[in-house]
Amino acid sequence: MEEAPAVRARGITKSFGDVVALDGVDLDVTSGQVHGLVGPNGAGKTTLLGLLLGLAVADSGRLEILGTPVGRTLAVPDGVAGFVDGPGLYPSLTARQNLSALAALRRYDAGRTSGVDEALEQVGLTDVADDRVRGFSLGMRQRLGLAAALLTTPRLLVLDEPANGLDPAGKHHVHRVITELAANGTAVVLSSHRMDDLAALCSDVTILATGRVVFSGPLSKLAAESGELDYRLLTSDPAAAHRLAAETPGLRVVPGRDPGQRTDAAVVVRGPVEALDDLVVRLVGAGVALRELGPVVTPLEAAFLALTGTGTVSARNDQEDPR
Amino acid sequence: MTATVTEPRADARPAPVLHGYRFELVKLLSQWRIRLLLLACWIAPAAFVAAVSLQSSLPADTVFGRWMNATGWAGSLVVLDFSCSWALPLLTALVAGDVFAVEDRLGTWRHLLVAVRSPRRIFVAKTLASLTVILLLVAGLAASGIAGGLAAVGDRPLAGLDGHLLGPADAAGTVLLAWACVLAPTLAFAAVGLLGSVALGRSPMGLLMPALLAFALQLAQLLPLPVAVQLAMPSHAFLAWRGLFTSPAQSGPLLLGLAVSLVWAVVATALAYRLFLRRDFTDLTYDGSGRQVLVTAVLPLAALVAVTIGVIGTATPATGSGIDKGKLQDSLATAYAHLYRLQTQELHRPEVTEAQLQATASCDKGGSLVEDEGAGNDWRCVVSWRLPGATAVGNAIYQLDVTADGRYVADGDGPKEVNGYFQVRTPNGDAPNPLWQFDGNVDLLAASTQKD
Repeated sequence: MEEAPAVRARGITKSFGDVVALDGVDLDVTSGQVHGLVGPNGAGKTTLLGLLLGLAVADSGRLEILGTPVGRTLAVPDGVAGFVDGPGLYPSLTARQNLSALAALRRYDAGRTSGVDEALEQVGLTDVADDRVRGFSLGMRQRLGLAAALLTTPRLLVLDEPANGLDPAGKHHVHRVITELAANGTAVVLSSHRMDDLAALCSDVTILATGRVVFSGPLSKLAAESGELDYRLLTSDPAAAHRLAAETPGLRVVPGRDPGQRTDAAVVVRGPVEALDDLVVRLVGAGVALRELGPVVTPLEAAFLALTGTGTVSARNDQEDPR
Repeated sequence: MTATVTEPRADARPAPVLHGYRFELVKLLSQWRIRLLLLACWIAPAAFVAAVSLQSSLPADTVFGRWMNATGWAGSLVVLDFSCSWALPLLTALVAGDVFAVEDRLGTWRHLLVAVRSPRRIFVAKTLASLTVILLLVAGLAASGIAGGLAAVGDRPLAGLDGHLLGPADAAGTVLLAWACVLAPTLAFAAVGLLGSVALGRSPMGLLMPALLAFALQLAQLLPLPVAVQLAMPSHAFLAWRGLFTSPAQSGPLLLGLAVSLVWAVVATALAYRLFLRRDFTDLTYDGSGRQVLVTAVLPLAALVAVTIGVIGTATPATGSGIDKGKLQDSLATAYAHLYRLQTQELHRPEVTEAQLQATASCDKGGSLVEDEGAGNDWRCVVSWRLPGATAVGNAIYQLDVTADGRYVADGDGPKEVNGYFQVRTPNGDAPNPLWQFDGNVDLLAASTQKD
C-alpha cells in the first residue's frame, strides 16, 4: 500500500492575461493534515484553491489530487469538496433545501435526510434548518457552506476564508469540525487572513507572495523564519520588570514601551527565546510575579509580515503604539 | 494521517441532467417573482375576461374583442392577442432572461460547477427548467382565459375572421391550436432571453433582451415593410395564428411563421450554448462585453434575418406588402356574406346562403391618385350582393383600416339599415348589428387575385 498525498503540486503556473497568478508553485498536503494558505491580497491563494477544486487548470506544472492527475477543468476526483470566494448558496431556498439539492446533484441519497441533518448539526445550524438563507448572517452562510462540503464526506476539503464573519460560537463549531475531519483522515486546505485561526488549526502552512511560495512547512519552523519576536510581559511590578529586562543580556526593551505610559502596565521586549527565559528567572528571583507572557504577534503573523515584505514585526508594533 | 490511495480514481461523474433540471426548477419556483407571475397568469386572465365579457363596452380594437359577450371563446383569443403583443415577450424575459444571470448576481457559478461538474449539463438543465416555467405560464394564460370566458358567457359558436361560424367544438379546437402555435415564437423569444442572460451576465440588459426585441419588432410591424421582411421576423407567428380562424385556414403565413420562430429558437439557443461553454467562470465580475455580444449574438441573428428574407423572397410568391386590392375584395366579400347570413338569422329573416348572395366587393385606396396596394386606413369598398328572387343588387359601403400584418377592420358606412349601428336581438341577448363593424384578415402569402 503506497501512501499518496491528498495534494501534490509541482511547478504550477497560472496566468490571467498578463497577470501571473501562480508562478512555479509546489504544494504537498497529506491526508489528515490541516494546511494553511497565507498571503497578501492578490498573492494567488484563491487561484490555487480554484485549481484544487477543479474550477480551472494550470497553464503548466503537474497537479495530482487524491492520487489522480488533473489535466482539465472539473476533472478532480470524487471526494473533493469546498468553496472559494464564499460558499455558493441560494437565498430563496432554506438551509435544508440548499443541502438537499446539493446532495441530489452529487447523487448522494437525496431521500436520506439524516446526512443533511447531521451536517447541519455539525455546524450548529439545526435550529435554522428551515429558514431561508436570505436572512442568514455571513457567519451562518460560512457554516452552511461548510455543512455543504461535509455532505460529501470529503477526503480533501478546500476552504477559502471559512472563518469570515464567524462569532465565537460559530468559530468554535467550525474549528471543531475541521479538527475532527482531519483526525479522521481528511486533508484540509484553508486560506485565511486570521493568523490566530491558522495558528490554532494548521499543522503546516504555505505562504504565498505575488504567486510564489515563500515558505512551506510546519508552523514550528516559522519561528526560525520570523527572527526575533516582540514579547509582552504583564507583571506585578512593571517598573522592576522594566529594569530587569533592560539588564538582561540579549534583550532590549522596545522603545516607547515605558510602563508608566501604558494603561495596562505591560513591558514589551525583543530578543531570542533564551534571553527571555533568563528574564523570567530574574523576575522570579526578584519576587516579581509574572502574570502574562506572550508574543505581541504570533510567529505565523511575524513570518507572514517578514516573508511577504508587507511589513516588519517592529513596524507592526510601532503601529500599535499610541504614540 | 492514515488514509491511503492505492490507485488513481476515475474523475467524478457529472450530475445527471434530470437532477440538475429538478434543482433548477426548485430554484426558479422558489423565487417570489416567478410565483407571482404564475399566480397572475393563472388567475388574472379569467378575472379580466369574465369582467369585460359582462360589460357593454368591449375591447373592439383587439381581434375578437367585439365578440366577447357573444361567446366564451373570444375572451381567450383577446388574452392571446394581448399576450402576443406584450405578455409573452415580457414573461420570457423575466424567466429565460434571468436564468443564467441570477448565478452571476448570487456569485454561485463556482458552487454550481463543482456540484454539477459539467457546464453542458448546467446549460441543458437551466434551459429545460426555464422552458418548463414558461410553458406553465402560457398554459395558465390559455386555461385561465378560456375558463373565464366559458364561465361568464358560455360555450357558444364563434365568428371567425371571415365571418364563418365555428361551432363550440371547432372553436375549442381552434383556440387551443392557436395557443399551441404561439409556443413557437415564445420559444424563439425564450432562446433570445437565454442568449442575453448568458452573454450579458449580471447586466440588466440581458434581462431586457427579449422585451427590447419584441418592442423593436412591434415598431417594425407598424412600418410598410415588404411581406418577405415581415414574415422573416420571429414574431410573425404571434400574428399568424389569426389565419386559423378563416375557412380555409391561412396556413401559409402560419407555417412559415412557425418555421422561422423555431429556427430562431434553435439558432439563439445554439449561440447561447456556444457562448456559455466558452465562458471563464473564474471571473466573478463578469457582466458581458458589448463587443462580444455584438459579434457572438447580434451579428449572427442579423445574418439569420437576412438569409430568411432571401429564402422567403425566392421560395414564396410573396411580393410587395402582400396586401392588394384583389385579396382585400375577396376577403371582404367572403366575410360580408357570412355575416349577412348571421344577421339574417338574428333578425329572423328567411334563410339565405352565401352562394345565393353572390357577394362581391370593389375596393379603392385613397382615390385614383393612390395605388390600390398596402396597408392604410383609406381603403373604401362597396360590397354588392343579391337576394334570392330579387332582381335588385344591394350595395353597402365600408371604410377599411388595413394594417401591415393583413388585419383589417371594416366599418359600415351605409346604408344604415344594412351596416349601420343598431341592436339585434339574439338568443343570448341584444348585440350590435354584425355587419356594422367586423374584423377580417388577408392572407399575405396568397397569390394575388387582382381585379379591376
